[in-house]
Amino acid sequence: MHELSVSSAVVDTVLKHAAGRRVTVVSLRIGHLRQVVPDSLAFYFELVSRETLCEGARLEQEYVPARLRCAGCASEWDPEDAWFRCTRCGGPGEVIAGDELEVESIEVEEAACTA
Amino acid sequence: MHRVKVRVVEDALDANNTIARANRDDFDRRDVTVVNLMSAPGAGKTTLLERVLGSLDGVRAGVLEGDVQGSYDADRLASLHVPVTQLNTDPGFGGECHLDANMVRSALPELPLEDIDLLVIENVGNLVCPAEFRVGEDARIMVSSVTEGEDKPLKYPLMFRTCELVVVNKIDLLPHLDFDLDALLANIEAVNPGVPRMLVSARTGEGVDAWRDWLLDQAAREVPA
Repeated sequence: MHELSVSSAVVDTVLKHAAGRRVTVVSLRIGHLRQVVPDSLAFYFELVSRETLCEGARLEQEYVPARLRCAGCASEWDPEDAWFRCTRCGGPGEVIAGDELEVESIEVEEAACTA
Repeated sequence: MHRVKVRVVEDALDANNTIARANRDDFDRRDVTVVNLMSAPGAGKTTLLERVLGSLDGVRAGVLEGDVQGSYDADRLASLHVPVTQLNTDPGFGGECHLDANMVRSALPELPLEDIDLLVIENVGNLVCPAEFRVGEDARIMVSSVTEGEDKPLKYPLMFRTCELVVVNKIDLLPHLDFDLDALLANIEAVNPGVPRMLVSARTGEGVDAWRDWLLDQAAREVPA
């Protein structure tokens, strides 16, 4: 159900940028920390985009691995290894990658230029 | 007809966050502190509110009660003589499992913002979607009860790492459970280092004073200019 609300937000963002043009491809960048299940998102995207200009658009999902950086000593690690506490100095980790939930680009149809 | 690629590079939640900022501005203008209370269903959000809302030492509180349907929680809080506004996600919002900024915005005209200092938004019980949607709050509170299992912070890290306080509720049940409290606290610390934690039993009243004090402290904070 998480993917339902995410796909609604995606479709809203896409329609805003499509500005009335039919959308054929939607490219997303989704960080590991968003806990989005790709198949589930594709399923709900198909559902939510029905009867909109996104209907039938191909959904591309680029997965972004998570990366944390220590606020104290600047060392970096994967949160799968140590979550949000630095293994070197014990400082708190800041997310530098993996929080993305981004519409990267879209492909739209435009009438051929007749000039 | 030809196809054109349009570079967008926009967070899909930008639209929500923009509305959330507008809500926050409206709350700030009226000097209302707003907390977003979140948890799994049945963790004790409403009981925690019942415990303190009637005794907030001059701080005038109000509640925005989010539910998919019904007004069961709002009915429980009505006896405390604080203004409670019901916000159902079922009619008009498709039965959403969370509150988002736009739903809260739609409820603003019904909130007595001039007459309160503290607004508690009780979110829909759910550990996943509410974490994604800011609603214009100053602080987020996560209630985790000891009947839920000590691994919850690791299973739902987004929720646990985006909150400013974790209230561990139902501690009166600890003697009856095979629950490793230290493991829960370590898991909270792992996903949100340094986040304040509170051990409470809304049923017996243990720890409730600290919970009340935390709310009073939030309400006393100056709105940043």
